[in-house]
Amino acid sequence: MIGRLFKFHGGIKPDAHKNESSGGAIRKAPLPARLVVPLRQSARAGAACIVAVGQRVLKGERIGEPEGFLGTGVHAPTSGTVAAIASCPMAHPSGLETPCVVIEPDGEDRWIEHAPFDYRAASRDEALAWLRDCGIVGLGGATFPSHVKLGRGSGIETLILNGAECEPWITCDDRLMRERAVDILAGANILRELIGARELVVGVEDNKPEAVAAMQAAAVGTPTRVVAVPALYPAGGEKQLIRVLTGVEIPYGKLGGDYGVRCFNVGTAHAVYRAFIHGEPLISRIVTLTGNCETPGNWEVAIGTPVADLLALARPKADTDRILMGGPMMGFAMPRLDVPVVKGTNCIISASPRLFPPAPPEQPCIRCTECAKACPVELQPFELYWHSRSKNFGKAQEYHLFDCIECGCCTYVCPAHIPLVDYFRFSKSEIWAREREKTAADQARERFEFRNFRQEREKAEKAAKLAAKAAETRAKLAEAGTAEAPAAADAPAAEDPKKALIAAALARAKAQKAEIQPQNTDNLSPQTQAEIADIEARRKVLEAVAATPAPQAAEAAAAPDEPRS
Amino acid sequence: MIHSPYVRKPVSVQRTMGLVLLALVPGIVAHALVIGAGVLVNLAISTITAVAAEALMLHLRKRPVGIAVADLSAVVTAWLVTLCFPPIVPWWLTVCAVLVAIVAVKHLYGGLGQNPFNPAMIAYCSMIVAFPALMSQWPPAGHLSFDTQLSLILGGPRDIDGITGATALDALRTGLRSGTQTVDTVLKGSAFGALGGRGWEWVSIGYVAGGLFLLAMRIITWHMPVAFIGVLAAISGLFWLVDPAGFASPLFHLASGGAMLAAFFIVTDPVSGATTPRGKLLFAGGIALIAWLIRNFGAYPEGIAFGVLLMNMCVPLLDMKTQPRVFGHRHDIEGGGK
Repeated sequence: MIGRLFKFHGGIKPDAHKNESSGGAIRKAPLPARLVVPLRQSARAGAACIVAVGQRVLKGERIGEPEGFLGTGVHAPTSGTVAAIASCPMAHPSGLETPCVVIEPDGEDRWIEHAPFDYRAASRDEALAWLRDCGIVGLGGATFPSHVKLGRGSGIETLILNGAECEPWITCDDRLMRERAVDILAGANILRELIGARELVVGVEDNKPEAVAAMQAAAVGTPTRVVAVPALYPAGGEKQLIRVLTGVEIPYGKLGGDYGVRCFNVGTAHAVYRAFIHGEPLISRIVTLTGNCETPGNWEVAIGTPVADLLALARPKADTDRILMGGPMMGFAMPRLDVPVVKGTNCIISASPRLFPPAPPEQPCIRCTECAKACPVELQPFELYWHSRSKNFGKAQEYHLFDCIECGCCTYVCPAHIPLVDYFRFSKSEIWAREREKTAADQARERFEFRNFRQEREKAEKAAKLAAKAAETRAKLAEAGTAEAPAAADAPAAEDPKKALIAAALARAKAQKAEIQPQNTDNLSPQTQAEIADIEARRKVLEAVAATPAPQAAEAAAAPDEPRS
Repeated sequence: MIHSPYVRKPVSVQRTMGLVLLALVPGIVAHALVIGAGVLVNLAISTITAVAAEALMLHLRKRPVGIAVADLSAVVTAWLVTLCFPPIVPWWLTVCAVLVAIVAVKHLYGGLGQNPFNPAMIAYCSMIVAFPALMSQWPPAGHLSFDTQLSLILGGPRDIDGITGATALDALRTGLRSGTQTVDTVLKGSAFGALGGRGWEWVSIGYVAGGLFLLAMRIITWHMPVAFIGVLAAISGLFWLVDPAGFASPLFHLASGGAMLAAFFIVTDPVSGATTPRGKLLFAGGIALIAWLIRNFGAYPEGIAFGVLLMNMCVPLLDMKTQPRVFGHRHDIEGGGK
């Protein structure tokens, strides 16, 4: 029953440090004084707030309505009162802010009425909508909305359950598999049915024998295969695990669905199980607290719990100098601790100079190709480094920069201590920025070109209109003969539509003038009229005096008209 | 701000270079015991010169001196220069050669990691062109006392015929070109041992041992030694089978001259060599082919150094045209970074 395993290129074997936190059972973290629940759990899964400040909410009550294609629901992790709806800093290397609902728990932890969802009785779309409304996203770290992942692709043969957990220090999936294997497999089988996959394969790194045993025990009597894969970072990367278990390689920019496989994290499967069988939305997750602390372990944490509150449970030692979120290979040092645990938070590490010594100074690359040997994507990182350093981004893209998964293997092995991944992150963001600029420039150019086009079009339309009108006028004139409007009947004017029109307009104006002679002196008060009469009388006297040069002025006024005609 | 990963493998350039030096030790010991201890004096001279030149150049280039000197790369270059040279060259020749390698080839091109050519091989080629006589005076194994060697190194009078004999490669070349001798008759001469040059076989075995150590420590990959030895054996074997009287056997070629030093320590220089797996095979294979051609038809008895330099020139092209397939890009057109 054990299928053949495949290898991916490279990989590294850093010290696992799993034992620090994997010994004890998962404990429920106490509720903090305030929960800060982000409406946007990741860059992708957004939600619109549907509660007001002061409103009482129950545990599991929806407080955020899924918004957009990738939106998922957001729920109150406990019962309490909405204290504020405001932008709060997020767990992000740059401390980005996002709109959050701040809830003050009432301590009762009272559930809203909830019921299981019979996905077999419902249509597939209804089942996916249920997942979306329950706020189910990938708990492996990327927080990709599960309903979208399930909805895409067809003809999927194999569902892979990712329990590899290859990052050092992290043990939340390990503990979850040891303690809740049956629930995980139940959730995974729901996913398998929804996706229409034939087989379910669970991949667990062989450095977690208890988890493998627990999952295998839970899978006894079912066609599910639980496979211990060699512990080799980054075997838990989705594409790497798919490669190991099925031999399929999924290139950058493609999804497993295009290749008949789909991969979900064990934590996600567990959340799916809770959503369908118990009707519970995703309001908590398992977080590993480990590193340089007195009491490392795994905790079931309400989403929105501030990291500072959570960290107190692990009691970091005095020489802790940084707090890392995620694993040491791909995580980041938190700029602040007053940020909430979100659905993608799997691990919080207390770091000390002893456990995570600062990297030695960067030295010149000697092209030893250690990085290329370690790269799981089979890139040539030293070439990418060279091109990134010289900001030769075109060349970097030719060498498949965007295939880089930023796993950190190259930096880990580099004898010259070059932070290769940092160079690649820099290049990627530079390229994105340039593409944004280029898009903006393209849009500006398009707008300009459209404006020119519009102006040309309007000119043409005007000309056409004029021509039509001229033709009309000519026809009219031809009908009416030349007697009525002698000016318009002039031969050259008739040839030119514009002149014909002007002539026609002049003729009309003359006719109108003949009918009524509008004067701005009409409808004036008697007093003003008297004043005007007085002024006119004085002007006549003046005109009489200046009568002698008058013919000259008349000539000068008439002269410019002559060459024009 | 420091970014992930926050853990690093405990490796360094210094460790890499240190292991290369360690791997050279068996060959050096064999050299000192079988050929003569003069090589140790030359190693000391070249090491001191290299470190001084390195420090001076770093200072002139306004780079941190301490950390770069401590990376031991200059010492590796110095040792390789010395081990390619006859062990009784006068001290000033060693100094000149090391200065060429460190100052001109390494630092004028931008320092560690930037040189397109193998510094030791440029040093060898420039010296053999400039001082052909001194560069071809190889003492027969155990022929000279240490005092004599020392006096020669320090610039003492050189009685050429008395102190040196033809090397195996030289003797074979001269013998065959005279038109009167075959490989068999030449090989009966005093310069030859069981495999190649008498005594030098032991030195070669020392280099092989060091090379296997580097392979085991994963400092070098199998590609270059295998391709170099494979191609040299294949081409010499082919001609030897066709005309055993006119061409030496593969074993002779592999055991003579600097073949083993080159296979594990010279062609495997990471900085100036090809980097892709297929590029490495082509690079080392090309060197072996050129070396064999020069040994048989060229103006010099040994052609590895010229082979290395010629193939150094091809490295950008080789790397570009042999880029490995990226994960998931199975159906991409092979070759080229596109």
